[in-house]
Amino acid sequence: MPEPAPASSAQNSSGRLTPKSIAIWALVALVGAVGWGVLALSRGEEISAAWMLAAALGSYAIAYRFYSRFIARRVLKVDKTRATPAERLDNGVDFHPTDRRVLFGHHFAAVAGAGPLVGPVLAAQMGYLPGTIWIVAGVIFAGAVQDMVTLFFSTRRDGRSLGQIARDEIGPFGGAAALIAVFLIMIILLAVLALVIVNALADSPWGVFSIAMTIPIALFMGVYLRVLRPGRVSEVSLIGVALLLLAIVAGGWVAESSLADTFTLEAGTLVIWMIVYGFLASVLPVWMLLAPRDYLSTFMKVGTIALLAIGVVVALPTMKMDAVTEFASRGDGPVFAGSMFPFVFITIACGALSGFHSLISSGTTPKMVQKETQIRMIGYGAMLTESFVAIMAMITACIIDPGLYFAVNSPAGVIGGTVESASQAVANLGFTISPDQLAQAAKDVEESSLLSRTGGAPTFALGMSDIFSSVIGGAGLKAFWYHFAIMFEALFILTTVDAGTRVGRFMLQDMLGNVYKPMRQVSWKPGVWFASAVVVGAWGYFLWVGVHDPLGGINQLFPLFGIANQLLAAVALAVCTTLLVKSGRLKWAWVTAVPLAWDAAVTLTASWQKIFSDDPKVGFFTQRDVYQTGIDNGEVIPPAKTMDDMHTVVTNSTVDGVLSALFAVLIIVVIADAARVCYKAIRHPESVKLSETPYVKSEIVAPAGLIPTKEEKAELAAAARAKVPTGADPS
Amino acid sequence: MTSASKVRDAVGRIRWYVRELTGESAYDHYVAHTRACDPTTEPMSRRAFERSRTDAREADPREGFRCC
Repeated sequence: MPEPAPASSAQNSSGRLTPKSIAIWALVALVGAVGWGVLALSRGEEISAAWMLAAALGSYAIAYRFYSRFIARRVLKVDKTRATPAERLDNGVDFHPTDRRVLFGHHFAAVAGAGPLVGPVLAAQMGYLPGTIWIVAGVIFAGAVQDMVTLFFSTRRDGRSLGQIARDEIGPFGGAAALIAVFLIMIILLAVLALVIVNALADSPWGVFSIAMTIPIALFMGVYLRVLRPGRVSEVSLIGVALLLLAIVAGGWVAESSLADTFTLEAGTLVIWMIVYGFLASVLPVWMLLAPRDYLSTFMKVGTIALLAIGVVVALPTMKMDAVTEFASRGDGPVFAGSMFPFVFITIACGALSGFHSLISSGTTPKMVQKETQIRMIGYGAMLTESFVAIMAMITACIIDPGLYFAVNSPAGVIGGTVESASQAVANLGFTISPDQLAQAAKDVEESSLLSRTGGAPTFALGMSDIFSSVIGGAGLKAFWYHFAIMFEALFILTTVDAGTRVGRFMLQDMLGNVYKPMRQVSWKPGVWFASAVVVGAWGYFLWVGVHDPLGGINQLFPLFGIANQLLAAVALAVCTTLLVKSGRLKWAWVTAVPLAWDAAVTLTASWQKIFSDDPKVGFFTQRDVYQTGIDNGEVIPPAKTMDDMHTVVTNSTVDGVLSALFAVLIIVVIADAARVCYKAIRHPESVKLSETPYVKSEIVAPAGLIPTKEEKAELAAAARAKVPTGADPS
Repeated sequence: MTSASKVRDAVGRIRWYVRELTGESAYDHYVAHTRACDPTTEPMSRRAFERSRTDAREADPREGFRCC
């Protein structure tokens, strides 16, 4: 089967590098290389975060300029003369050619979430170097490639979803396995994210009050948009953000008042509230809670990330964490168990390669792409930005005192409940922090305790409050910034929980609809309630377990979340590779096949270890055996305190182990089915059936990148004279 | 260009970007689209349009999903 013809020759006109641009790119490469050099070679001394920024930004620039361009032109052969679905099917609503800069913002807001803020913080237990290398290398060769290639293929298929593409191009079997995998992964994702905020909010009246206030604020915004002034999103978002800031300040007052006890909730109570909230939020109309909350969290997300970037650059904090800690090789770290390979990759997940992005890159975004040439900026560019968010999270975790880092991130079973026991335990881990320093750190941010606040969010908030208070307000505002950061993270985790429960419910209704028809109707209330209850019950179960697990919920569940996310990435990369092969791009299939091979190696190794490892800290079934033997012998094994704890551990390890095995099997099925289809396409090229939408000539003239090139400006001017629709500024 | 008009231009661009990003201008696009397709049909009112937009999300929540 012939390789697709190269797109118009005009695209290659600017292929030659001028001496000036060679000089500029050599300089960029040098900045990046020096950054990496300092990061890698410093041992024992504290270095500035500026070096990490230089290494990351230099690498991103080179990768974007050269690698993403190579993928766009040589591999995908994006065709600027080919009309996108947005242009062909323009209905003024969901299919609509959208300005590239706007769509970049949309896409970034949709893909960026709590994941890249949590993963790097946890990975920092192995030092900043392993995590940073993977965040940067992973995004360049895997994460951004996955997002961009998925976006391209979905755009060529009228914005079909990953599941549909898998069914159309691989087959019903692989497609069904992919669908079930997506559903299960969603459940684990929601549970772990909910666990992150439960851990951050437990026994924190300030945090609980502020977050609780987001519900009335969102309801007010919902009514405003529905009844008072429909569609005025900017003004209502500004009002909402102002109320939100007020809620954070008021949280401080509440924490000091007689109301404090009312808002001081244990983790177990918070779980119940989360489950109730999750259920209500998913059955209430979208306009009431989800839509306004979404506006609010997007505003906060983009705003805070921008502020953080400025803060990091202005403050240029010093990193106190070691480049590589001993846990990297020993694999017995308290935050998560397992050695650097594969668990650093599993833990970082979203900041480097996130399977979930393939659901956004196939679905909403491709229906709005104005020009195929813009896929590079939107798909690859937005993922580089998300990776930069992960780098900032890594910085926040590494600038706080390592002793404090381990006291915050180790489960209670390891460090005990008092500052004295924690100080002792941290010393045993090889770091130092005095009980007084621990108490002072909690007092600085006006929390009763910071011990075992696992899940990443509190650590991130501590680092962020350090950075912000050094720029604005000094130590006096530390508590405000800490709770601002907690609120910011909790807000969009709650939005994801809400939106994710709905998506899960929808998928479940769709699947059950095969058995009982009315289930598929979204207007059939009993079906909606039943499916919502199942989804909420499923993630609620893992959340409950995570909070009550004597071994520490994050410690047990986060690897499962990472494996799930990375396995979804394997599905997306397998679909992309199959499509490259089937569409006659066999020569270039390595672009997604190599990251697929790496990702499959990492995740299947991690699954293998989680299932079969002899180390009870790593292997779920070995862990089960150890505790079951304990029960049989009538002994209680620490950190379990009672026989009930022992039974909890046995149940949890069994469930987690079975789930790990199930994930691995589903993914092997998808990859094997994809390999079969690829083999068939290579052996019998004439049998290949592609469900690509046929070529239609594009009428729109629009630049590919952020800044129009000289040729593009000339084309835009010519188009303006001829009154052809353009993607130029509307002003 | 005078500095005042430069500032005005910059503010206009920011306003345009924010309106586009938040979806506030979705209605304008819809009206423009409806008029361009068939000048005789009367587009929905803003209220009705925004309702239909959120109701569509109700019907298929996968649109507008947020990531982890």
